Amino acid sequence: MVKFAHLIPVFPFLAFLINIFFGKKLKDTSAFVSIFASTISLILSVVTFQGVIAGEGSYSLGHWLTIYGTPLNFGVTVDSLSVMMLLVVTIVGTLIQIYSVGYMHDDPRFPRYFAYISLFMTSMLGLVLADNFVMLFIFWEGVGLCSYLLISFWFERPAAARAGLKAFVVTRIGDTGFLIGILLLFFVGKTFYFADLAHVSGNEFFLTAAALLIFLGAMGKSAQFPLHVWLPDAMEGPTAVSALIHAATMVAAGVYLVARTFGLFVAVPFCLEVVAVIGGISALMAASIATVNNDIKRVLAYSTVSQLGLMMLGLGVGGYSAGTFHLMTHAFFKALLFLCAGSVIHAVHTQDIQKMGGLLSKMKVTGITFILGTLAIAGVPPFSGFWSKDEILLEAWNSGHPILFWVAVLTSLLTAFYMSRLIFLVLFGKPRSDMHAHESPKTMTIPLMILAFFAVFVGLIGSPMTHHAFQGFIKFEGHQITGEASGVGWIMGLSTLVGLLGIGLAYLFYIQNNKILPAAFRSQFAFTYKLLLNKYYIDEIYDFLFVKPCLRVCDFLSKFDFAVIDGMVNSVAEFTQGCSEVVRRLQTGLVQNYMLVQILGLIIFILTVSAFAQLFLH
Amino acid sequence: MIPLGFFVALSAVLFCLGIYGVLVRRNVVGILISIELILNAANINLVAFNKYLGTPDGMGQIFALFVVAIAAAASVVGLVLVIAIYRNGKSIFADDYNLMKW
Repeated sequence: MVKFAHLIPVFPFLAFLINIFFGKKLKDTSAFVSIFASTISLILSVVTFQGVIAGEGSYSLGHWLTIYGTPLNFGVTVDSLSVMMLLVVTIVGTLIQIYSVGYMHDDPRFPRYFAYISLFMTSMLGLVLADNFVMLFIFWEGVGLCSYLLISFWFERPAAARAGLKAFVVTRIGDTGFLIGILLLFFVGKTFYFADLAHVSGNEFFLTAAALLIFLGAMGKSAQFPLHVWLPDAMEGPTAVSALIHAATMVAAGVYLVARTFGLFVAVPFCLEVVAVIGGISALMAASIATVNNDIKRVLAYSTVSQLGLMMLGLGVGGYSAGTFHLMTHAFFKALLFLCAGSVIHAVHTQDIQKMGGLLSKMKVTGITFILGTLAIAGVPPFSGFWSKDEILLEAWNSGHPILFWVAVLTSLLTAFYMSRLIFLVLFGKPRSDMHAHESPKTMTIPLMILAFFAVFVGLIGSPMTHHAFQGFIKFEGHQITGEASGVGWIMGLSTLVGLLGIGLAYLFYIQNNKILPAAFRSQFAFTYKLLLNKYYIDEIYDFLFVKPCLRVCDFLSKFDFAVIDGMVNSVAEFTQGCSEVVRRLQTGLVQNYMLVQILGLIIFILTVSAFAQLFLH
Repeated sequence: MIPLGFFVALSAVLFCLGIYGVLVRRNVVGILISIELILNAANINLVAFNKYLGTPDGMGQIFALFVVAIAAAASVVGLVLVIAIYRNGKSIFADDYNLMKW
């Protein structure tokens, strides 16, 4: 068997090097370089996928370093989970890069954009292939860096620069916890390898702490409550970036991490509960915020937080396959939705959905793919979101978490509602402002169509029609959910009902009674509306609790620096200057003065030497 | 034979005259001439000591010749500098040039 999975991240890295150094010369060709590299990675991923089906496994490239006597290898994980991620990342990544050619076409930093995207692809693919925490962490930071660079890609806008900083700082909180968790796990469990996690043993308390800290990293990256605040702001970046990084791949890395270290979480069941509860809170909270937001991208961002919460919930209740399945379907339909949103923004130059309307007739392809994506996320059968969401509901019910089950159901209802609200406001009705919309170029619409195909059909591989092929492919050895699938029928019915109900409600609100009903609700539930519109005031609370005190401390430190540290340094300099002020008068500039001093010195020297000679030689 | 002390005394007088000239002459050419005096005082010493100590290979004389040659080269450089500063400042008095002061 040929071992080449490690080459998958190499090609995008070469593309990154080419674009970052020669981007100015390449100009528009830089997009071709990146897309080409990404396509090679895609092909290699497909071949690797076939290899996994044929029974190939992980391998090591050799020794890397030794930490406290424990050798660490350059390992490459090749298993069903990593190969699934590889396919998702390369397929979605390649399509989004093609889309970006149209979306970014007259940006002055076009090659730079593709360089960053390629670097992101490298890091993301490396993250997926890493077989130990150390390598994973390096790539984990790599995707974080790319996220920062791409969020603040249009750094001329202060909001974008701030959003990048916010994303970096907030995820840093998670990453710090993650790093501590990794080290704690190493000192307790004596391993960095994921493969050893299933039978890791050690002090119960420290293992729990390590698992929770690792989950903290996942929370930061996957924007889970209470570290979700960066993701909506990250929408300041180019929309294609939002689709790739902040919807389909990087934010799913947290979910991937939990899935990858699932053995550890199973070993300490308390942590699994924490994962499920955090996921549930995030899912419901973000979904409720999304119902009132008016920014097309922010609605999708909150939707992403909510869906990632559902994945976490699925994993937390023990649904390893369900969580990862939803990760995959979500990657496709959310990337599609973001790209559609990008196409709309490209056409109308605004992000406020209250100013849009009636775009379906002007943008046929975008409109139809947008509707397909919405049906997928709303959980209407037989679209992909239905099957994966259904799996999560099933797992939640069967593992004995009725509260989480109803949370997930409510989230599904809200999801269907806010997504339908979005498309009703954007695509249907009458235009609410003066817009000259036009369909986007082919390079943007073709990726939309391909992604729409995936968004519609990819769910089928995990459906009863294919006898749950996905769940058979990706399953967690050694952990069986208690109580074999009961209630398959009624849960499926309920989830369909909930999806349709959400769409129906949105229809009632925004098509049939769009003049009266939303306004009536707004005044009826003024407090709730205000709370949701202000995102539960979480940003304000953080601002008050953390940002302001931190700034105050910084302010003090800066004053201390100026007054004391700089004061000390400056006074040394001033003292020296004062002394030289006196001494420099000796420098008369007259050659003969110097000569005189020299000769006097010589005479004194000779006299001293001869005096000493007189004293000591006789 | 003239005693060694005479030569040494002559040399000392010449040396002191040279030092005096260097220190008090304002004219740069005068300073250069005074430097030549100092060097020649040294030469007299070299030659005289060579004779009186009776070193057979005449090292002192050879040294003196070297000093003469190098002194010639040094005064060439010195004179060039004098011309250069004269062209710049229209003066060959050393105390007119105090550019290097604080």
